[in-house]
Amino acid sequence: MLSVTAETPTASRLRLAVHDWAGHDAGQHVDVRLTAPDGYTAQRSYSIASPPQAPHLDLVVERLEDGEVSGYLTEELRGGDLLELRGPIGGYFVWPATAAGPVQLIAGGSGVVPFLSMLGHHRATRSETQVRLLYSARSEADLIGTGELAGAGISTTVTLTRAAPPGWEGLRRRVDVTMLAEHTLAPERSPLVFVCGPTSFVETVAAGLLSLGHDQSRIKTERFGATGGP
Amino acid sequence: MGANDIDPNTGTTPRFVSRGFTGRARRARSARLPPGQYDVGTGFPVLSAGPTPNTHLSRWDFTVQGQVDQVRHYSWAEFRSLPREDVEVDIHCVTSWSKFDTRWEGVSVDTLLGDVESEAEYALAFSDGGYTTNLPLADLTGGRAWVVDTYDGAPLRPEHGGPARLLVPHLYFWKSAKWVRGLVLGEVEELGFWERFGYHRYGDPWRQQRYAGD
Repeated sequence: MLSVTAETPTASRLRLAVHDWAGHDAGQHVDVRLTAPDGYTAQRSYSIASPPQAPHLDLVVERLEDGEVSGYLTEELRGGDLLELRGPIGGYFVWPATAAGPVQLIAGGSGVVPFLSMLGHHRATRSETQVRLLYSARSEADLIGTGELAGAGISTTVTLTRAAPPGWEGLRRRVDVTMLAEHTLAPERSPLVFVCGPTSFVETVAAGLLSLGHDQSRIKTERFGATGGP
Repeated sequence: MGANDIDPNTGTTPRFVSRGFTGRARRARSARLPPGQYDVGTGFPVLSAGPTPNTHLSRWDFTVQGQVDQVRHYSWAEFRSLPREDVEVDIHCVTSWSKFDTRWEGVSVDTLLGDVESEAEYALAFSDGGYTTNLPLADLTGGRAWVVDTYDGAPLRPEHGGPARLLVPHLYFWKSAKWVRGLVLGEVEELGFWERFGYHRYGDPWRQQRYAGD
């Protein structure tokens, strides 16, 4: 572990030096496993925030209420500690480096993390693929990856759902069909669409995209965190 | 620290202790919880690779095809008229949550296969939305798998696989294909969606068969 830094009031960025890292594709994740002295283990998956070209591996971990693993990673872990990782994992929700056509990214909360890797990859490869990002967060303070986003050189739309700072002129509501129609690439352009966020967010966005006429086979989703009722 | 030197079968090689980690949130660990899993309690996470499909029941059917003496089709009405079973089981997702005592209702795969004559050893379940997953046929028969359309006494919600999903509780839950529309039987094992992306071809939670090579 190289460093643990606060990314937002509830999320930390873990910067790791990984020996023998085989490399990853933008959008993949790792499994982190913690082991207590008596052998008890707990593991969770975290998206990789850094692009394949980075010399280190970044994870952004949001602290969940009562989160056994996220609590340790954000509150106990510090530079110099060792962390047991497995990965990279996942070959589906990844940046299609060779794919033709534009890409639309739609993130809810910490769902933006795999997109930070994709945007870094986009920039590092000087890709000419058109990319747009629609990013929904609770407040300005909750925005993850503001440094990367500012340097990504792509069209980014932020919507704040709970609190906006004085003078905020951007969107301030949850993502809905109208917002998708106005602030994402049109279905006629057949973009590859990645949606990542809590379950209810992904359900709303994916259904909205279908109603706008996007091809379901062009929509890739990754859901996390929030648990739905039956 | 190596990325690939964990022994998933024992979880103990090499012995590694995370400094300062006590597992403060652990409760009395149930013997019903496979290694590496946690009890999600009343939650019920949703995971899938694409949008939730929306198939009208008038267009829904369930098909048994492939290496069979004759293809079987069940319309929704025919499916609903088959003998039904109540199932109460624990389920285990590869993303490490488990959920105890889930209550389902549906039709045993034994019933759906009925009088099908086949030499097949494998099945590929296929779904609306293009999802597939592979299983040994023996894991779908003998009262170990169902096609369910009810959860906790109510129609299965779309995000959980409604109108009907496969339920194979003794394997990781990605094998319990949501929005299932049928089975293709065959002599050769054809890998399904996640299995082609590096997940284990069998997926036994008690042996932590999460990824290919485990």
